[in-house]
Amino acid sequence: MLSQRGHVMLAHSRHDLESLTRWANAMHMHGIEAELLTREQVGELIPALDMSAAARYPVLGGFMQRRGGTARHDAVAWGYARAADALGVDIIQGCEVTGFLKGPGGRVTGVQTQHGQIAAGRVGIAAAGHSSVLASLAGFRLPVTSYALQAMVTEPLKPRLDKVVISPATGAYVSQSDKGEMVIGGSLDLFASYAQRGSFAVLQSVVAATLAIFPSFSRLRLMRQWSGIVDVVHDSSPIIGPTPVPELYINCGWGTGGFKAIPAGGWTLAHVLATGRNHELAEPFQLERFTTGRLIDEAAASGIAH
Amino acid sequence: MMQLPCPWCGLRDENEFVCGGTTHISRPELAASDAAWGEYLFFRDNPRGVHLERWRHAYGCGVWFNIARHTLTHEVLAVYAITEPPPAAAQDRTS
Repeated sequence: MLSQRGHVMLAHSRHDLESLTRWANAMHMHGIEAELLTREQVGELIPALDMSAAARYPVLGGFMQRRGGTARHDAVAWGYARAADALGVDIIQGCEVTGFLKGPGGRVTGVQTQHGQIAAGRVGIAAAGHSSVLASLAGFRLPVTSYALQAMVTEPLKPRLDKVVISPATGAYVSQSDKGEMVIGGSLDLFASYAQRGSFAVLQSVVAATLAIFPSFSRLRLMRQWSGIVDVVHDSSPIIGPTPVPELYINCGWGTGGFKAIPAGGWTLAHVLATGRNHELAEPFQLERFTTGRLIDEAAASGIAH
Repeated sequence: MMQLPCPWCGLRDENEFVCGGTTHISRPELAASDAAWGEYLFFRDNPRGVHLERWRHAYGCGVWFNIARHTLTHEVLAVYAITEPPPAAAQDRTS
């Protein structure tokens, strides 16, 4: 379920090495371990890499977070669902919200669904790539653009890669699942999309990058490819809190950052729904920052465009 | 892959182009309120439907042009010049 196998980022140029050093230092300053790796150390940890003299993208070094790795996100989601269900929460699937019911002062009083109305004193939206669609139904806009982000898996093979490897310069992002499949992360289609299928142009470039650094994977068959809709926000940070509609709250803007911080996101949304006040962790993540200009410098911290 | 109709070069693969985002957004005057400036910089319709956007044929002739594209099907409903208003064909048929 949770595999803290080590997360390795590769450097293919002197500039990459300087960037990795800055990132490692930034992590140290926050008390998080990160080790800079020499070229030789990377080669020992990840023998499948092309470390030959003829490599198209020579590996000059890297850095690793040893306790980084992978987690079974779908198992986490289902774990939350089963626990909530056991606590008495009604989870109604296949029931589209088609509008918001409003009362005096424009406050939300419930939702209109395709199967009828549900009255509520407070409503929270946690709809990721469809956040703008729901906001539009409620009468406000978000600083969100929805993009397609794709991923793919190969056929299973015997253990060959026991680290998570990311090569920002090439766009390769690979790990091997417990079932033996190479799990390959893609990049965004760089145009607004709700299509839930990624562009072949992106798939081509991701596969090319993966094979450039792992040439021995060239004969593997791709078994499955899929794409989700991600809600991207300019400062790559979530929005958790009230909306312009009274008693309507939102949790969105998580973009391409994966699910790893969403338990805290869910906790802070639950807090504001239960109390009407933001949790202190959520205070920097308000919608109003896009009016005051107090954006979060996340891209500089993580180094990834999310 | 998606193909886009460059006004000069005709139908070309999407990876010859760079998307410039939502089109027809006008910068407010410098005396605008924080709210108006924030709206201009950050807030978008982000429709699940017809989206008016601008593209540049970056790896071709370099022209900037506007299109109306459906964000669910990628169907291109209209192509028009970068300074023109959207034509009638760029209306949302269904969401």
